Amino acid sequence: MSPPNRRSLKTKLVSPHKFMETEILQTDGVENAERMELTRVRERFPDALNDTYEFRGDLWLYIRRDNLLEVCQFLRDELHYLYMCDVLGLDWLAKWEEGEKAKRFEVVYNLYSPVTFQRLLLKVEVDEGESLPSVTGIWEGANFPEREVYDLYGIPFDNHPNLKRILTPEDWVGHPLRKDYPLGGEEIPFAQDSFGPAIQDMTHPHAGESFDGRTGTEEVSGR
Amino acid sequence: MRQPYIPSQATATTVERTEEGTMIINMGPQHPSTHGVLRIVCELEGETIVHSECIIGYLHTGMEKEAEYLQYHKCIPMTDRMDYLSANNNNLAFVLPVEKILGIEIPPRGQYLRILLCELSRVASHLVWLGTHLLDLGGMTIFFYTFREREKILDLFEMMSGVRMMPSWICVGGLRGDMPEGWEARLRALLKELPPALDEMEDIVTNNPIFMERAKGVGVVTTEECFALGVSGPSIRATGLAWDIRKSNPYSGYEQFDFQIPTATNGDVYDRYLVRMAELRESIKILQQAIDGLPGGEINTSDRKVTPPPRGEIDSSMESLIHWFKIHTEGFRPPVGEAYVPIESPKGELGFYIVSDGSSRPFRMHTRAPSFMNLQALAKMAKGRLIADMVAIIGSLDIVLGEIDR
Repeated sequence: MSPPNRRSLKTKLVSPHKFMETEILQTDGVENAERMELTRVRERFPDALNDTYEFRGDLWLYIRRDNLLEVCQFLRDELHYLYMCDVLGLDWLAKWEEGEKAKRFEVVYNLYSPVTFQRLLLKVEVDEGESLPSVTGIWEGANFPEREVYDLYGIPFDNHPNLKRILTPEDWVGHPLRKDYPLGGEEIPFAQDSFGPAIQDMTHPHAGESFDGRTGTEEVSGR
Repeated sequence: MRQPYIPSQATATTVERTEEGTMIINMGPQHPSTHGVLRIVCELEGETIVHSECIIGYLHTGMEKEAEYLQYHKCIPMTDRMDYLSANNNNLAFVLPVEKILGIEIPPRGQYLRILLCELSRVASHLVWLGTHLLDLGGMTIFFYTFREREKILDLFEMMSGVRMMPSWICVGGLRGDMPEGWEARLRALLKELPPALDEMEDIVTNNPIFMERAKGVGVVTTEECFALGVSGPSIRATGLAWDIRKSNPYSGYEQFDFQIPTATNGDVYDRYLVRMAELRESIKILQQAIDGLPGGEINTSDRKVTPPPRGEIDSSMESLIHWFKIHTEGFRPPVGEAYVPIESPKGELGFYIVSDGSSRPFRMHTRAPSFMNLQALAKMAKGRLIADMVAIIGSLDIVLGEIDR
């Protein structure tokens, strides 16, 4: 039995897959590929982009909910974001309550191009009770991560082939990764009908953080 | 001698008939070949799988939720428990985005030591995969060979950190300590012993007619399907694409090492075996280069807000004492920002998405677990195959349920 073929990365990438042949010529010579994607999306969908965010070399595009599917299709077909890396949710409860954010949740789509080796992160803002279109029609692999977001944040996805809870049991109440969901999730009864000292702190995430300027006051939880 | 077959005791799974004449069989979650607590509901027509669905979550412990309540350095031991077969890779994957948000650099010696630990972990993880995969297929011999070699690697982890499986030795800012005396010699001895041991294993498996019969042409996927399904790691390399994050997006100094990306062409169970075996040899090459070229100097970043000062300084310097206290009680506060840094874990692309709100705890920690995404390919791989192939396919995907359920 001969050992498996060992080929270098460069030679392999211009080979048999049709979708890979074209893009290499286009992205070579473009100095800042991230910028290129930003301008391409802006040209093609002038209304789709709400905002952008750059941090330490990574680029986030804030996409309007209504344009999500067409932007994803465009990124996949023309900018070769073939690889569906991940979908995850964020809950900005405190900022939303204070009015800093218009919508409570953000869903992050983590896309990777195996042609340019670039990563692009899309963000869609979604409010409580709103749903998002499922991208499973574009990347089949969004199935599990979207179910995870639905399970842990309660954000439903339209046209998802199998939208049900994935990590928690089917009869679970609540969505555990929401910021107003207490850690532990269940009240642990102690003697004399009390529920233990920790449960009060736990209902307010990031409250009672020790050494946070409140040392010596009653608010310190002793964590 | 086997016990006589008693039907009433043997039917541990429930069988159900559908209207189309197919049969629904429940596999797991206690099935030994599901590598943990994976449950698969298979719809069978005779012995052929028409449809299958994975049911996961039996190990869900809410680690991502828990992390929001823990300071950054206290999250690290939790990450070991995700992919418990290659804990060092998980530590590194957690630490890298935090360091990216902090904007700190690790000295070369620290990076080399991290690579040493990660590659040792990769070898250990692949050895467990090989042993258990072949055990599932009925070949028990190889299991003892692989676990014998894995013990030596765990001994090295124990020597360094005191813990065999969950070292938590990589921390934000570097490592918890340098390698102890005698570690290098033990590692060099191991690197001499490993290639002949691998030869021995390959002699047993590679041309074994039973294994080839069970593995060749089973569980085939193409590169396009892998992309769409989010499959990464050895499974996608077995389809012919030489994509390895250590080469394509190098982290922790992997660009300085000379190694190749093994690929195969058919994308079946057998090719995934070939790719992983070749990867073991490449890892040994990386280990050899790392230990030969190990630079001197510091292992931790000099940023005293992140790395505790050396123990000796505390006795003489008040500032060091303050830093020591601050780090171990308050932790450190990265600036507001978000980061995702992928690494090539033995299972595929592993990355932590960290959102920092400026406090000493992550606002959000999300794990992009390779096993979780790779598992999506199982239904596609198993469709149209026999129920006996399911075991071979699960084994070849190399999943760890701790990472899937988190």
